[in-house]
Amino acid sequence: MSSHDEKPLKSESEKDSAVSRRSFLKGSGIALSVPLIAGNSRLVKAAGQDVKVHGPNKVSITLDINGKKQAATIEPRVTLLDTLRNELDTTGAKRVCDRGTCGACTVMMDGKAVYSCSILAIEAQGKKITTVESLAQNGKLHPVQQAFVDNDGQQCGFCTPGFVMACTALLNKHPNPSPEELRSGLGGNLCRCGTYVGIRAAVAQASAQMKKGGK
Amino acid sequence: MAEYKWPAAEKRRLIGKRISRIDGPLKVSGKAKYSFDMNRPGMLFGRILRSPYANAKVVSIDISQAEKMPGVKAVKIIQGAGSTILWAGDEIVAVAAVDEPTALDAMRAIKVEYERLPHVVNDEKLATVPDSAKKPAQEKIQGEPDKALAEADVTVEGYYGNAVITHCCLESHGQTVEWTDENNVLIHPSTQGVSVIGNDLAKALEIPAGNVDLKMDFIGGGFGSKFSIDRWGIECAKISKLAGGKPVKIHLERDAELQVAGSRPSMYAKVKVGAKKDGTLTAWESECWGTGGPGGLGTPQLPYMLNLGSGIPNYKAKFINVATNTGPQRAWRAPSHPQMAVITLGALDDLAAALKMDPIQFLLKNADMFAPRTAIYKEELAKAMEMSDWKNTWRPRGEGAPGSTKYSKRGLGVSMHTWGGGGHASNGDVIINPDGSVELKMGTQDLGVGTITILTIVIAETMGLPMDAVKIHLGSNRYPSSGASGGSTTVGGVSAAARRGSVDALTQLFAKIAPMLDAKPEELEAVDGKVRVITNPSKAVAWKEACAKLGSQPITVRGVNKAGDRELTNSGVGGVQIADVSVDIETGIVKMNNFYAVQDCGLVLDLTTTESQVFGAMIMGVTYSLYEEKIMDNATGKMLNPNMEFYKLAGALDIGNFKVHMMTGKGYDERGPIGVGEPPTNSPGAAISNAVANAIGVRVSPIPLTPDKVLAALANRKGGSSNAKI
Repeated sequence: MSSHDEKPLKSESEKDSAVSRRSFLKGSGIALSVPLIAGNSRLVKAAGQDVKVHGPNKVSITLDINGKKQAATIEPRVTLLDTLRNELDTTGAKRVCDRGTCGACTVMMDGKAVYSCSILAIEAQGKKITTVESLAQNGKLHPVQQAFVDNDGQQCGFCTPGFVMACTALLNKHPNPSPEELRSGLGGNLCRCGTYVGIRAAVAQASAQMKKGGK
Repeated sequence: MAEYKWPAAEKRRLIGKRISRIDGPLKVSGKAKYSFDMNRPGMLFGRILRSPYANAKVVSIDISQAEKMPGVKAVKIIQGAGSTILWAGDEIVAVAAVDEPTALDAMRAIKVEYERLPHVVNDEKLATVPDSAKKPAQEKIQGEPDKALAEADVTVEGYYGNAVITHCCLESHGQTVEWTDENNVLIHPSTQGVSVIGNDLAKALEIPAGNVDLKMDFIGGGFGSKFSIDRWGIECAKISKLAGGKPVKIHLERDAELQVAGSRPSMYAKVKVGAKKDGTLTAWESECWGTGGPGGLGTPQLPYMLNLGSGIPNYKAKFINVATNTGPQRAWRAPSHPQMAVITLGALDDLAAALKMDPIQFLLKNADMFAPRTAIYKEELAKAMEMSDWKNTWRPRGEGAPGSTKYSKRGLGVSMHTWGGGGHASNGDVIINPDGSVELKMGTQDLGVGTITILTIVIAETMGLPMDAVKIHLGSNRYPSSGASGGSTTVGGVSAAARRGSVDALTQLFAKIAPMLDAKPEELEAVDGKVRVITNPSKAVAWKEACAKLGSQPITVRGVNKAGDRELTNSGVGGVQIADVSVDIETGIVKMNNFYAVQDCGLVLDLTTTESQVFGAMIMGVTYSLYEEKIMDNATGKMLNPNMEFYKLAGALDIGNFKVHMMTGKGYDERGPIGVGEPPTNSPGAAISNAVANAIGVRVSPIPLTPDKVLAALANRKGGSSNAKI
């Protein structure tokens, strides 16, 4: 799991995730002894605790995407990114490196920028997922989006949704980012066309505007 | 035949101004649908099993288990038993299944037996490359290089080079293909050649060209690697047919993208150059080699830029083409130019240092040899000096520019470059509708360079309309054909065709309106949303009212630019770049401080997206100079970093501060628009290498200038030997 923020997301999310690493490890041993049946997750006892076991067949899940509950039926190994793109036709987040390096798949989970390629869809249940599609309201671009347009912080545009989400999450938390916060907030995204000059100008413009309450 | 020209400077309302790209809002909101985003009804997911070996024969393939798996709809052998595989990652079997996990499982269930053969995957150490991998050397000689070098007052010898890099398009290569009936195919590809690759697919499928319907609204990067339908495109169509014509999506996984979907050839050279005491360049000798994969690469034209016009009087350039078992090369943003610049401008920089000359003064001294762009380079060098405060900042090699400390050495380096970029063949239909709206239909593509934006500017400018009155349709092979986007030929071609089409469409409208205004058609002009009499602007009719006179019949005019036509576009540009770096001599890390570019490209249509092209080229340049390398493993024949954590790209805060100056106005504008995507990609390697040499007093080679190479070069310097021998 990856986060754009300086604090690792893992420690916080493990507490309430249905499939924290620890419980997954406990569960995986038990899973071998229960019949492999189709259907949703079920509880098994492991070390005296109830542990949720998913799969290996498809399971029905419900995700909270941009404030709407959306249902999908996926194998537990499918990522949040692939569920968004392949099952829910929400294709703003892009699959590029598919292993938590380039940031093209960035969405917000409970307000934090995360790599959706590195989160299982089943883990994302119960979280508020925000994708780039939700930023513009009533046909008006979000200040970060407008700043990307005004400063030409894009060329082919394939990295752009990820950058927009990373910048939005950064400015939501640090409206006036220090160079270190900028490095941390933008350092998790890569562009191949070379739009960084525009992106840096866009962050400056959006920061100024969001401080003025232009959001 | 009518004569066409661009509007005079004082009449330009949109051309040359700063205008934000029109498709920007779609891209920032995630609404831009790339081919990779296509979710067609009933779509299957395809995947390709690839060879793990760099040189092998396929002995047997067993697909029976995969075929039996639930959810697997088709399995197709691409290269069967007996096939020779020449690079790791080559295509062996394609599968199509109901979802991605199933396709992945099916791939894992396929058994392939290979007979492994010896491979060659690296070429930098030429002495270790077997002769069988070397093609016969080629040599080009002019004048008397041996004699001139013997007689030169000063000579230097050095080693310069470039590792193989990849394109690393963020949208990987691929497509979704479906059969709409027995004989018709719909394809959504990611391509630089909308009007081209559909025909190639039709040929491969043995159906008429008109039976391929190709659509692409957006493309996530190409950089020269997306001109072909590719084997995966053809196989995608074939496996769709096997699966009953259902849509099949195959886009390369990241590892395949970096292994097989294109690379920029390596180029290494041992160079000896000579000059008179006063700095006059007299002779060049180089032995160069490189690899572009199994097929090698085109012969580089060394010495770069010094052999185009009057040139350097004496030179000898030898080239050895090395065939390796690596994914084949593809055009990479200005093929061969960045590599030739690193070699040539690097050697000249070492020669200037040996002469104890300022490298810019050295280039100016020899400017005549850089014909035919001599005058442009002189202007651009002067501008670049001013932008970088060169006179106050540059110091002789190894002395450290201001700001240097005991452990951090600052240096400046300069480079120059050239490129062609004349407009390609282009056709587009300009339509004036009776409701006053205007459209263009053109079989071109916008790679993110601003094609849609500049086409809108050209038509709106010509017709005196606001930009939102014009709608551009591109990305379909059903529109009039336009060239593939390569060689920086797009802007010249499409803008010339759009200008001609707009002028002609307007002429037809004027003919309809002239009687209303009691004037002759040639006495009219379209300005500010009106059609009016030139000599009496109060005699006018609003644009919409004028168009209403068309009744039910829109005006449709084909705008054409023929390849090589230089009426509205031109070829040949120059550019100068100066890099300002700091090198940490304890860690070997090179940090970009500032990077300056001066570039000409004829008439600038949109300053915003033009500058973005230059910024982008420079950033890509920082990346290939400092970070990027396709690292091949001698033992296994595999690429060691087919991913984005170890195939390094620069991040937003790794690049320093950038300044770009476009040469415009008299002497430039009248040439018409010329492509700018490639030229500024050519200098960064040389400028940054030269800045590093200036900072630390020794040449680091080849690029990328990774810390290990910087430290090794420093250690070598401390040992007393220098790369540049006088």
